[in-house]
Formats: sequence, C-alpha cells, structure tokens
Amino acid sequence: MFTVEVVSPEAVSYTGTAEMVIARTVDDGDIAFQTGHVPFIGTLAVWSVDVVKEGGERDVFAVHRGFVQVSGDQVTILSDVSEAVDEIDVPRARAAREAALAALTADSDDADAAAALQRAELRLRVAGAE
Amino acid sequence: MPGGKERELKRRISSVQSTKKITRAMELIAATRVVKAMQRADAARPYARQITSVIENLAAGGAQVDHPLLREVESVKKVGFIVMAGDRGLAGAYNSNPIRAAEREVMAHQAEGRDYSLFCVGKKATGYFRFRHYRIDHSYVGFTDNPSYDDARQIADDVAGAFMSGEIDEVELIYTEFVSMGTQNVSIRRFLPLEDTATMAEVGGGSAEAVAAFEFEPSPEAVLEALLPRYVEARLFGALLECAASEHANRQRAMKSATDNADDLITSLSREMNAARQASITTEIMEIVSGAEALGSGDHTEDLAALIAEFDRAATATAPTPPAAATAVLEPGPYGEGSHAPLPDDAAPAGFPIKGNADSMLYHRPDSRSYSVTRAEVWFDTPERAEAAGFRLANTHPNSDS
Repeated sequence: MFTVEVVSPEAVSYTGTAEMVIARTVDDGDIAFQTGHVPFIGTLAVWSVDVVKEGGERDVFAVHRGFVQVSGDQVTILSDVSEAVDEIDVPRARAAREAALAALTADSDDADAAAALQRAELRLRVAGAE
Repeated sequence: MPGGKERELKRRISSVQSTKKITRAMELIAATRVVKAMQRADAARPYARQITSVIENLAAGGAQVDHPLLREVESVKKVGFIVMAGDRGLAGAYNSNPIRAAEREVMAHQAEGRDYSLFCVGKKATGYFRFRHYRIDHSYVGFTDNPSYDDARQIADDVAGAFMSGEIDEVELIYTEFVSMGTQNVSIRRFLPLEDTATMAEVGGGSAEAVAAFEFEPSPEAVLEALLPRYVEARLFGALLECAASEHANRQRAMKSATDNADDLITSLSREMNAARQASITTEIMEIVSGAEALGSGDHTEDLAALIAEFDRAATATAPTPPAAATAVLEPGPYGEGSHAPLPDDAAPAGFPIKGNADSMLYHRPDSRSYSVTRAEVWFDTPERAEAAGFRLANTHPNSDS
C-alpha cells in the first residue's frame, strides 16, 4: 500500500491509497508501481493513469502531460492538465476529435491537430465513451 | 437666515458620507478576497514544491543538460522585464511601487547600453509605460485579482519563447512578494536564464543531500528538458498568486484608512457647521436687540426667548459629542434599554438602525420605503426592542403582511 497524490498547479486534486499505480511513460510503454518499487522519476505520455485500490477498484485519470515520481511509499503524479473520469466533458471531446480528424484529412502533417486528436481520444477512452 | 456656508457644509458632509460608504464596502470586499487569494497561494505550493523536489533529485542524479533556458550569455544586449501590477487602482502604493522599481531597472540597464523588452501584467503597468512612450512588447490584462494557471502559461510561453530564440538575453521579474497580511515587498529577481539545477534545488528549500538513487525514464536529461518549461510556468504562477494576495491586502489597508479619514472629516465638518449655525443666530439676536432699541418700543421678549433657546441647542451640538456607542451603553434612550435619543445631526447612532416615529408609534426598518423620509424621534437597535417599547411596524415594508 502506498499513498497516491495527483498534484496540479492550482491544488492537490486527488489523494488516496493504492495497491498499484499503472502509468505510461514516453517511449517506454506502460509501467506499474507497487510497494517497494525503486525510486523512479518519469515523463508521462498522453495517456491514462490507473490507481488500483485495495479490492481492485480503480480511479482513472486522463493525464495530458506530466511527471511521475515514486519515492518510498509515495507516488506523486505532477500534471498541469489532468482530469478524473467525472471531469471529462464527453460531447466536447467528441467534437474536438471530429475537428482534429477534419484538420488532419486536410493536412496530414498538422502537429497541433494530431496532438488534439490524441487528447480527445484519451478523454473518450478514459470516460468509457468509446 | 441660515447662510450659504451652512448649506455648503451640509452638502460636503453628505458627499463625504457617500464616499465613506463606498470605501467601506471596498474594504470589506478586499478583506474576503485576500483570504481567498492566500488560500489559493497555499494550494498552489505543493506543485511548486514537487517540481523542485524532482529537480533536486535530478541534480542529485547528476543530470546536466544544455537546455536553452539555462543559456548564459556573456554580453547581454537586451533584457526582458516582467512587471506585475494590478488592473485596478485604489490599492495604495501597490501599483506604483513595482512600476517605479521596474522603470529604475530599465533606466539602469539603458545607461549600460542594453535594450529593454517589456512584459506588462495588469492595466496599471501597461498604462504607465504606454503613457511614457516605452515600447511594450506584451501586455496581459484582466486577471490580476484572480489569476489562473493558463494566464501564467501564456506569459511563460511568450517570455521563454523570446528568451530561447535569443531575442532577449536575460529576464528580470518584478513583482510584489506577499510576506504577511501586514507586509508586502517589491521583489526584483533574475528570472531567466535559470540557475543550474543544484542551485534551483537549494533555492527551492531542498536539501542537496543525495536521496536514494532514482531511476529516470526516458533519461535524466529528457526529464529535465520536459520539466524546465513547467518549472518556469510554476514560478510565474506562484508570483501571480502572491501579487493577487498583495493587491487585495493593499486595497484593504488603503480603503480602511480612507474610511477612517472620512469619519474624521465628517466630525470636523459637523463641528464647523454647528459653529456657523451658532454664529448666524448670534447675528439675528443682535439685529433684533438693536432694532428694538432703535424703535424704543415694542415687546420682543418672545422672539428673543425663542432665539436664545435655539442658540443653546446649537451650542450643545457644537461641543464634541462623545462616541455614540458609549452613550448608548451609559444612558439608555427615552424608551429604555436598546433605544437611543436622536443625534443633533439626525444621523443614525452607531448600532441603532431602527427609526421610531413617536407621533404615530410606528417604527421603520432600513428596508422600509419611507425610511429615508422618516424623521426619527427615537432610534432602536432591533425591531424587537421597538415592539417592546410599544411601536408597531410601519406598513411600508416590502415584506410586511399588514
């Protein structure tokens, strides 16, 4: 068991205890932390962070950019853009995905649109609206 | 009859009174906002602390990168200034202090042959420099009393962009540091280039002692590279939040002293007005007496008696009145405890907002339609007291049933 904190610039947005935290770092794929993990600092990909609580229940967050620091029995997710499931605006994410797809069909090299698409898809996936 | 002077004074008193109402309201609003702003600054601290802690661990892990944000230039040609002031005035010296400090810095750098680039935060900073024909490269307005992280990010993007492209070689941050409710200081700091990671960790209050060896993914350098822009944003956001708290604290202080000054002014104007009234009555007595003497006949005793009585009343009113609250405690008004006799200037005694009309035995709450036109023969502190004294609620109230 360890404590998990999701810290945004405005406040500590989530605190809880968990058995396992699953995240995805850039380049290296998914990584899961359990008690006794070596101290770790990683840059997070645009992906979800799953906090698996005792009994298997999960709190899922969409993290659009951020860092994870694991030290002793403390996992800290630092992110200026992270959303819990109930904070996600599904219709807005759908609209954003349509707009990004349209922009990409027009110009397949549009990096902004590609990033927007990635974010919208992550939101929809985390919200379970896929 | 009452001269122009008296009327003039009356007008000034009522104008000071309405100004006082405004300053008092602003004081109360600022007092609640400063608490909120302090809470936000506190809530933002964990993020800044965690970012610093990551940098600390990176420093301990020996990560050193050649990041553009760390680029030191040997000969500085152009300096950027982030000047943080407010959008609104009436906050004492809150706006002028950082602005003046910034102008001095700009001049000092100009004297050494360096160019400047201004990033003005707040309408007041923008207005000041625009009026003096400084070149303003970026201006950010509309959020100083309640800044969001996005505001900080926008400023950070512009500043870091200009710095990394080599357009400016150094950035100074001028803002008002919030030390406590009573103390706020203007702070001038070098903002960019960033110190090296070890210094950053120390500045952030971290111990530079090596903690357990961390694993980094993808690599210490890559993490640091992604982290530095966030660090810049977090520092700017922290400064914006401190500025907001300082602005509200300064406004509260400024408005409190304005309210106190208005009180003093009202007291001295009332005394002046009463003295003027007394003087005009004296003149009238003199006229009647000399007129009677000149005619050598006629009986003016009644006129004189009335005037002398009025003169006495004016004389009592001229004497400095003790604070109303003290009077209320010492001697209850004509209707017992909780009532208060009318004051010479018909103003509400402090703590007695209810007006009682002794002729009709009706009382008026401040929300009554006819409250302002009712002349109070007696004041009460609560409607209950008025009822206890046998008064009934006047039926001009918006919510009265009768």
